Amino acid sequence: MEKISGHFPQIIAMILFTIGLSTLLLHRNLIKKIIGLNIMDTGLFLFITSVGYISDRLAPIIINGNTDPSLYVNPVPAGLVLTGIVVSVSVTSITLSLSYRLYKRFHTLNLDEIYLLAADEEER
Amino acid sequence: MKSNFKDFFSERINGTKDWLEDVGKLDETVTKTHSEIRHTEHLINTLFEVNTPKKEKHVSSSFPISYYISAGICIVVILVVLIATVCSLPEFGVVNSQMKEVSDRYVQSGMKETGAVNAVAGMILDYRAFDTLGESFVLFTALNCVWILLRTNRSSVERYFPLTEDNILVQAAKVSVPVILVYGIYVIINGHISPGGGFSGGAILGAGLILFSEAFGDEIAGKFVTEKRFKVICSAALLFYCLSKAYSFYVGANHLDSIISTGTPGRIISAGLILPLDIAVGIIVCLNMYGIYCMFKKGRV
Repeated sequence: MEKISGHFPQIIAMILFTIGLSTLLLHRNLIKKIIGLNIMDTGLFLFITSVGYISDRLAPIIINGNTDPSLYVNPVPAGLVLTGIVVSVSVTSITLSLSYRLYKRFHTLNLDEIYLLAADEEER
Repeated sequence: MKSNFKDFFSERINGTKDWLEDVGKLDETVTKTHSEIRHTEHLINTLFEVNTPKKEKHVSSSFPISYYISAGICIVVILVVLIATVCSLPEFGVVNSQMKEVSDRYVQSGMKETGAVNAVAGMILDYRAFDTLGESFVLFTALNCVWILLRTNRSSVERYFPLTEDNILVQAAKVSVPVILVYGIYVIINGHISPGGGFSGGAILGAGLILFSEAFGDEIAGKFVTEKRFKVICSAALLFYCLSKAYSFYVGANHLDSIISTGTPGRIISAGLILPLDIAVGIIVCLNMYGIYCMFKKGRV
């Protein structure tokens, strides 16, 4: 129990991650799958930022030239989260445009129907 | 005789022209009614599907329940493993001695070496500039993929509810768009002395552009951002980033004296290459956001 209270934000992040993963596994609608992917991303961002946080410290913007590292939180995870956000935006845009094209082709967003229709087309 | 012929032919030609015009009009009306029919059909279909989700049920019932059970077991196992792993990590909010070295180095000598007061800006645009270059290229590649997938040549866009007729949105946009744009520029330019930087400021600028084009119509927004300008500005910003960072890495690796000074930390014009790089990244992010939005909305910039 002590361990859980000490790692509260990280555990919340992992629960968010699994919520996204279950959305990805259990839904057949492509848009819902993309939403699940974004929830997974959010969980990971929360995890990375919570790793860098140190309580009672300031944001890593140097005040009055005071470069004592014990005053500021860790700046490295902030930069890594930036990368993650950019990649998440790119992946979301590409997957959305792909599902748009699939909808234009098959007039459905259900993945199973798309599989069946694609198999039908291949047989023809 | 000649004039007679001429008259005869011109009459004939005029007659054919009129006939062709009539045919064209007919064609237009036919296509119009056709599109209207399709629209109503689509609406009926969607309404029908909303009322009776028969199809969905049929498909999902054709898949075995064992899939759901195994998926649930998988999810629970993954959740337990992840929480167990997280619990063995250092606690939240406590100084992590293993991660201390790098971050201490960045905070301690970052201001002196890069000239940036914001340690994160100094880190992502000076020490880890390759990383940020990769990020901008990821965004640019994503834009290119979306461009390839969604580009069309159709001139007009069918919109059932054009937002340019929405008075509330237009009046609100008149007030808020200039403020949003100026704030985005502020965030970009102050990236090295306060929270912010190229990515956040570029996202704000892109949001402002999207609101602008949504409220005032594509024609007015298209006058500012034409396709040619879009391509030229985007590639120029990426190229500038590559060349300037190549120079600074070359100079740094060979222990030469760089002509770019870090300046006084805390001033707007300081921190060497960080401010121009921030501006380049801001332009890339802003244009990419706007480009992706345009591709989804109308199939062209």
